[in-house]
Amino acid sequence: MNPRDSIIRNMDKPLVGLYLLLMAMGWANIYSAAYDPDHANLFDTAREYGAQSIWICVSLLLGAGILLVHGEFFRNLAYPIYAFVLVLLVLVLLVGREVNGAKAWFGVGGFGIQPAEFSKFATALALSKYLSGLKTLQEVRSRVIAAMLILLPVALILLQPDTGTALVSGAFVLVLYREGLSGNILLIAIMAAILVVLSLIMKESTHAIPFTGWEMHGQYFLIFLLGVFCLLIFLFVRKFVFKHRRKRIYAYLLFAFLGSAAFISSVDRLVDRMPLHQQTRIRVLLGLEYDPRGYGYNVEQSKTAIGSGGLLGKGYKQGTFTKYKYVPMQSTDFIFCTVGEEWGFVGSTVLVLLFGALILRCIQVSERQRSRFTRIYAYCVASIFFLHLMINVGMAIGLAPVIGIPLPFFSYGGSSLIGFTVLLAILVRLDAERLEHLR
Amino acid sequence: MNNLDERKFVLIAAVLFVCAVFILRLFWLQVVDTGWAARAADISERKVTVFPSRGLIYDRHGELLVANTPVYDIMVVPREVKDLDTLGLSTLLNVPLDQVRERLHKAREYSQWKPSEFERQITAEQYAAISVHLYKYPGFYGQSRTLRAYPPHVAAHMLGYLSEVSARKVEQDPYYKPGDVIGVGGLESYYEKELRGKRGVKYVVVDVHNNVQGRFKGGQYDTLAHEGKNLYTGIDLKMQELGERLMRNKKGSIVALDPRTGEVLALVSSPTYDPSLLVGRVRNTNYRTLQQDSLVPLFDRALQAQYPPGSIFKLVQAAIALDEGVINLNTSFACNKSLVGCHAHPDARNVEEAVQMSCNPYFYHVFKREIEQGKDPNRFKDAALGMATWKTYMESFGLGHPPALDLPAAKGGSIPGVDYYNRMYGPLQWAFSTIYSLSIGQGEVLVVPTQMANLAAIFANRGYYYDPHVVRAIGSPDSLNKHVQRHETMVDDKWFPPIVEGMRRVVNEPGGTARRARIPGITVCGKTGTAQNPHGKDHAVFIAFAPMEDPKIAIAVYVENSGFGGTWAAPIASLCMEQYLTDSISRPELLKEMEDANLIATEKNYVKFVSKRRRQ
Ligand SMILES: [Zn+2]
Repeated sequence: MNPRDSIIRNMDKPLVGLYLLLMAMGWANIYSAAYDPDHANLFDTAREYGAQSIWICVSLLLGAGILLVHGEFFRNLAYPIYAFVLVLLVLVLLVGREVNGAKAWFGVGGFGIQPAEFSKFATALALSKYLSGLKTLQEVRSRVIAAMLILLPVALILLQPDTGTALVSGAFVLVLYREGLSGNILLIAIMAAILVVLSLIMKESTHAIPFTGWEMHGQYFLIFLLGVFCLLIFLFVRKFVFKHRRKRIYAYLLFAFLGSAAFISSVDRLVDRMPLHQQTRIRVLLGLEYDPRGYGYNVEQSKTAIGSGGLLGKGYKQGTFTKYKYVPMQSTDFIFCTVGEEWGFVGSTVLVLLFGALILRCIQVSERQRSRFTRIYAYCVASIFFLHLMINVGMAIGLAPVIGIPLPFFSYGGSSLIGFTVLLAILVRLDAERLEHLR
Repeated sequence: MNNLDERKFVLIAAVLFVCAVFILRLFWLQVVDTGWAARAADISERKVTVFPSRGLIYDRHGELLVANTPVYDIMVVPREVKDLDTLGLSTLLNVPLDQVRERLHKAREYSQWKPSEFERQITAEQYAAISVHLYKYPGFYGQSRTLRAYPPHVAAHMLGYLSEVSARKVEQDPYYKPGDVIGVGGLESYYEKELRGKRGVKYVVVDVHNNVQGRFKGGQYDTLAHEGKNLYTGIDLKMQELGERLMRNKKGSIVALDPRTGEVLALVSSPTYDPSLLVGRVRNTNYRTLQQDSLVPLFDRALQAQYPPGSIFKLVQAAIALDEGVINLNTSFACNKSLVGCHAHPDARNVEEAVQMSCNPYFYHVFKREIEQGKDPNRFKDAALGMATWKTYMESFGLGHPPALDLPAAKGGSIPGVDYYNRMYGPLQWAFSTIYSLSIGQGEVLVVPTQMANLAAIFANRGYYYDPHVVRAIGSPDSLNKHVQRHETMVDDKWFPPIVEGMRRVVNEPGGTARRARIPGITVCGKTGTAQNPHGKDHAVFIAFAPMEDPKIAIAVYVENSGFGGTWAAPIASLCMEQYLTDSISRPELLKEMEDANLIATEKNYVKFVSKRRRQ
């Protein structure tokens, strides 16, 4: 049988369809956000949509190429690919171009490549390979190795620093959870992430304690709030929980409180010990530094753009609020504003639902696999898309902190588009081969 | 492993949960909470008022009397202000430090995004010096607009000025918004609607740097601005300038008309002021100074000062008496000084001589015959009948009511009538003997200088006049003012030539009272007058027209406290007419004498004021 025929017949049509649809919508959206009547040509590289057109062509070719490569290739080369991306991440620190204070780019002529975007599928491949070889995830050694696989690129990316992309690796915790990691660890990880962000944000200012007139430095105030919270739980437990259970809960509570306090102080101290420019970068990524006019400016502008869209939106290329640069980074991190403003509630909802469908389809595809490798890999893909959606859209509508990561297929940028394409194309290829294992 | 399969539901639930939360949140932001749309509009949409440029005002030869000159307002957009060097800005704009802070605070309170006025009306020269430094103050920028400019610096009363519109006017007239300017006094006020044009409104969308990026909704809510219309006046700038120069250091006025059309050729009120004193930022202080000046320079004597006309009234008395048939051309009266005072002269043998010599007893008799016509045996009733007729005659000469002038606040003077004396003395309690001083233009009769000039025009025309008017055309020089009406007097035209002959003799014959009014080569007709002034030296008046055969100019000159009319008023009128008719002055020594004369007893104040005055 002709392998090309078989891949076209066996590939998952909904996934490919969603991919093409989202990419087309993304391109149309960038065209609108960056539209300039003097550069109306779709391939005019002086404009963002022109460059994006070229990246889309590259991505389509690359994706098609991957579909023709046998899945065995990726399974066997998972570690080498991973190693190669690690080398790129080291190289970019040495010879990379610095853009916006982060050494994250390789310059190729007029175009730039961000190797951090490739670390996503590389880590996904390596992690899938490692986990699929394990019987269980109960051994400490295998947990440590899995964590190492995830954290090694994260550490290199943090050195650039590109906190946003590094944070996306949190997606792999979901995969580990699916593969047997204790739910508590997931919970603790989420709590820890929230604490880090909160303490960094609150570090910036002092807070008044109600009714006392005292002012407290940010991180102590956070510890204070946690203490009050724990105290409330303590009082609740003493009143409503059976006596013989209380002791254990008290222990947990005390442990949680002390742990959090220690964690917050150490984060605080760690940040303080960083060089000043790195502190600034972290604050920039948390949206604290961008804004000389008070925290929340970006989000406020973003919400204004989205809110002004109304039910049906202002219409294609009519989004004046984003078009006239009221929203910072409106063709990259805040691209969702253009969607919200021009297509309104209906369009935004469609977009959220399309992404939801993509993620759920990935999970569905995962669950039908007989190969563990493919199944774990599919979960990686689903988790990565999920995290991007959650953080990017959440940030734009004021539900998540300002963390600079792209909205897949929508944000302007070749590296992320190629990264997501490769990620998805490998999944489609692997999935297309699922029946071969029956033979 | 099987128990782990259930974990997929946790993940699916998480995805569904996040999507649901996002959609609910979007629903809240975009559909429920309309505040965001309002905020976006507030930030990115601007209503820009397009101010049409105010119409210009020209003289009869196309010289500019009123022009527009650019000035700059410094605007501030509080959100764009960064690292403000308040001290530097304070020095640059010459604004006190505490004011800088206060204005910035006010601007912030108004809007973070929209520009507020920070400093107003900086002249183009000052702005040139300021603008090169303005880049150091982000958020501040200059915005140009125009102020009035007066290239010849004349005719302040007639032109009026611009002032910020009052709160009451804003309430009454929805066209005006607080901060708008409106014409006050003079042509600026009378032709406010024509001059101001019509304001336009443009809705634009601005980008984050406050640069206009385009029309809001393609301009469908915009309204066009209509430019203000220019005014083409009949003023002869050279004569106006000469008149103001001649009237310097004198109290009084000059009004010159074209008798053929009623166009005002010159309108001088003295003491006057430079119209550019009431422009821009210095207006308020200068206005206060002018208002407190003891010579009341803001008072427009040409339109509002009501004087007894004195002997020029005799012209009208003679015309009425002839038309009534109570005298004829050859009626003579002896100069009986026991009736009323007179100067030394031979008896007048006819009307022409009576006018020429301005004999008071002669006109005592004339007026007596007008009032006592014997239509009723009762002396009092007879006087009332005569008075009523006399008043209607007088009114047909444009007296006793404001002229239909295109300037606000013109007074009408006063011609007393039956009602007036009934109120004063009681019905049938007065007769000719009570009111005889009217015969020579004294007593209860009051006339404003514009009406006096109009009298001159009536005699120039031998019996009719056109409504005096300053503006001959609006919008374009050829669109003539259509509202001007011709008025006939009640006196038959045939009675005018003899009186005009008398006026000729006044100027040109020995024994005339105004020989100083002669112009070489041109026959001037005139009549002097002297109005008794209980408060000081008599007021002098002279009315005239020229040339006699084909009058092109009629003029009235009133000089307060100058004594006899022939001494000051006649030569001033003569010089003005010569300037107008020949565009030259053949008597430089007379010109100098008139210019140098100082008839203001307390002129010190005015001199002090003039030397102190500041220009923009
Ligand atoms: Zn006499």
